[in-house]
Amino acid sequence: MIKDKREVARRGEAAAIPTAWEYAPAPESREIVHFEDRYGLYIGGQFLEPLSNERYTTIDPAREEPLAEIAQAGKADVDRAVKAAREAYAERWSQLRPSERAKYLFRIARILQERSREFAVVESLNGGKPIRESRDVDLPLAAAHFFYYAGWADKLEYAFPNRTPRPIGVAGQIIPWNFPLLMLAWKIAPALAAGNTVVLKPAETTPLSALLFCDVVRQAELPPGVVNIVTGDGRTGAELVSHPDVDKIAFTGSTEVGKAIQRTLAGSGKRLTLELGGKAANIIFDDAPLDQAVEGIINGIYFNQGHVCCAGSRLFVEESIYETVISKLKRRMKTLRVGDPLDKNTDVGAINSKQQLDKIGSLVQSGIDEGAEIYQPPCKLPERGYWFVPTVFTNVAQSYRIAQEEIFGPVLSVLTFRTPDEAIEKANNTPYGLSAGVWTEKGSRILAMAQKLRAGVVWANTYNRFDPASPFGGYKESGFGREGGRHGLEPYVALDGS
Amino acid sequence: MSRLPVRKTYKLFIGGAFPRSESGRTYDAEGANVARGSRKDLRDAVRIARQAGAGWSGMTAYNRGQVVYRVAEMMETRRAELAGLSSGADEVERAIDRVVWYAGWADKLAQVVGSANPVAGPYFNFTIPEPTGVVGILAPEPPLLGLVSRLAPVLVGGNTAVVVASEAHPLVAIELAECLATADVPPGVVNVITGLRRELAPQLASHMDVVALDVTGADGDLAELERLGAENVKRIVRGKADGQSPYEIEAFLELKTVWHPIGM
Repeated sequence: MIKDKREVARRGEAAAIPTAWEYAPAPESREIVHFEDRYGLYIGGQFLEPLSNERYTTIDPAREEPLAEIAQAGKADVDRAVKAAREAYAERWSQLRPSERAKYLFRIARILQERSREFAVVESLNGGKPIRESRDVDLPLAAAHFFYYAGWADKLEYAFPNRTPRPIGVAGQIIPWNFPLLMLAWKIAPALAAGNTVVLKPAETTPLSALLFCDVVRQAELPPGVVNIVTGDGRTGAELVSHPDVDKIAFTGSTEVGKAIQRTLAGSGKRLTLELGGKAANIIFDDAPLDQAVEGIINGIYFNQGHVCCAGSRLFVEESIYETVISKLKRRMKTLRVGDPLDKNTDVGAINSKQQLDKIGSLVQSGIDEGAEIYQPPCKLPERGYWFVPTVFTNVAQSYRIAQEEIFGPVLSVLTFRTPDEAIEKANNTPYGLSAGVWTEKGSRILAMAQKLRAGVVWANTYNRFDPASPFGGYKESGFGREGGRHGLEPYVALDGS
Repeated sequence: MSRLPVRKTYKLFIGGAFPRSESGRTYDAEGANVARGSRKDLRDAVRIARQAGAGWSGMTAYNRGQVVYRVAEMMETRRAELAGLSSGADEVERAIDRVVWYAGWADKLAQVVGSANPVAGPYFNFTIPEPTGVVGILAPEPPLLGLVSRLAPVLVGGNTAVVVASEAHPLVAIELAECLATADVPPGVVNVITGLRRELAPQLASHMDVVALDVTGADGDLAELERLGAENVKRIVRGKADGQSPYEIEAFLELKTVWHPIGM
């Protein structure tokens, strides 16, 4: 280990080199995107003015510039959308042959692929995420999700042995702002494949890709009312949740709101799936491939500015390699490029909203106040927009808020362990249970750790991988129900039989 | 010369033992002084059920299946007693056969419920079912078949259980507990509380260490129980009081997906 330290120290001398690299700006053109000045609500196959007569402005968080006026759907608007979805369900979508449903979904997948650059720019403009991520992660995965579930539409009886799956009816779906289009795909694709119609509410701050998706729906010539999009803040979501003619609610967001939804639906008999918060442990053993592990740590917490429910926000490092890992991690952090989301060189983009920036700031302050040691690489931030420097805390106690609460930002808390049992004990010591990471070259240890970690997704020697064929969802207070894979169909079917 | 029979005292079943209620209370049901379990008894049962979880879920599926099968063997030897405390022989036989049916699922669940997932990249990816944890069960009627129909799927999936027995017909639940106690079901894996539903159900629904709540037998305010359950995002299960299916087991399972890169 001492040898390692010297080695690290020696390399540390030379570490200035990567940070000295200068990149010329490489901005993605935004000309491919055209926004309307104002958007209505997409109900029954057309954009309608909101009956609420309320609107708000959606912005580009990297420039604090307005992008468009968005409708704030009220009770009557939600009611109209649910009625349109009900009618489409009864008269069109549930009557359609499953093989025809499949073809509509294949069409949507193809159109998303064709228009992926346009959508990627919209995601980065409205959400603040680096174009590299919207282009290489969000869009390909969203299209793949539709393609995957398209194929299920006429094969449902093979997914549920000894049962005749039927659609449920109208699904109300509420999605977050961290992966706006991808979350839309996760919600709409399985719902439609199983024969349901949907009313979807995108997040307040990121409605534009969902509104642009309405044009994909139009191009695919989907029957009117099968997909309805209502925009607005939490009030719109609450109206959707409590609407009596919605048969199923699917929610992705905070644990706090998830609990409120579960309370609202208590006794209603409505079906519910929740994909909520997380505080994932990313566990590094002393035999791990350290350079790969450091990339995994970086990807685990700084991917999408840490706005990821399954982010590896608690790093557990085996004590014997602690100093080596921290020094490699800090070196790597110095090379992260924070800035314009539309620049193809950007690694970390803008924080999604002022509100989220304030929340991150206050939790980071609590970490400092409670006694953790903060490190932030030297970093020049743009003058306008919402930004937060990638941050790592060491000397963190389990009890600190930064080790307990979901920060949903580029902030990593580092803890240590000596034995696998201790790692398990600490990793599981949270009400959350969405995901976890394990890094070791020892196969039997990977499987033992994977078995003992109470989390719905375990990434071994990798992190933050997603695929439409791979079920995703939480244990404990991270929610229930799965999205992705054969299991992702289950929330959207009723199963007859005893 | 007639012989005076020895009566049985009906007590609770917690941690493999048969204690009286810590409250010292009883209530009259089916002509017996039945233990009126308190909220403290229920909390004790949950704590013990949680402790028992690691051992029960850590067993091999084959082993767990054999233990559940042994429950059926023990029930078979007590058919007369069980029949006397339920609607009769038919209910008992169906309950025993149901336990046998579920016993055989233990080592097939992962194959039927799990999957290998063909992701678009060089990763090995699989999904396996795991027990959700401590399950609270409000036993439905009929008192034996209803209880067995809800308990067997919970048990075979590797969960531990805290059962609130039928308030009107609690005796057969304790008789069943005696079968469990002699069937190599580890202590604490199943715990049975008798008493008043209105006292016990809200406590079970709001307990933060109860991960799932089976409300099939809820006869009180279901909405209130579900509201209380939201505090720790409980899995609320409305199943069938008389039915058997792997989907009944799946309701008490979590699905874990594991990724690992493929490379030389």
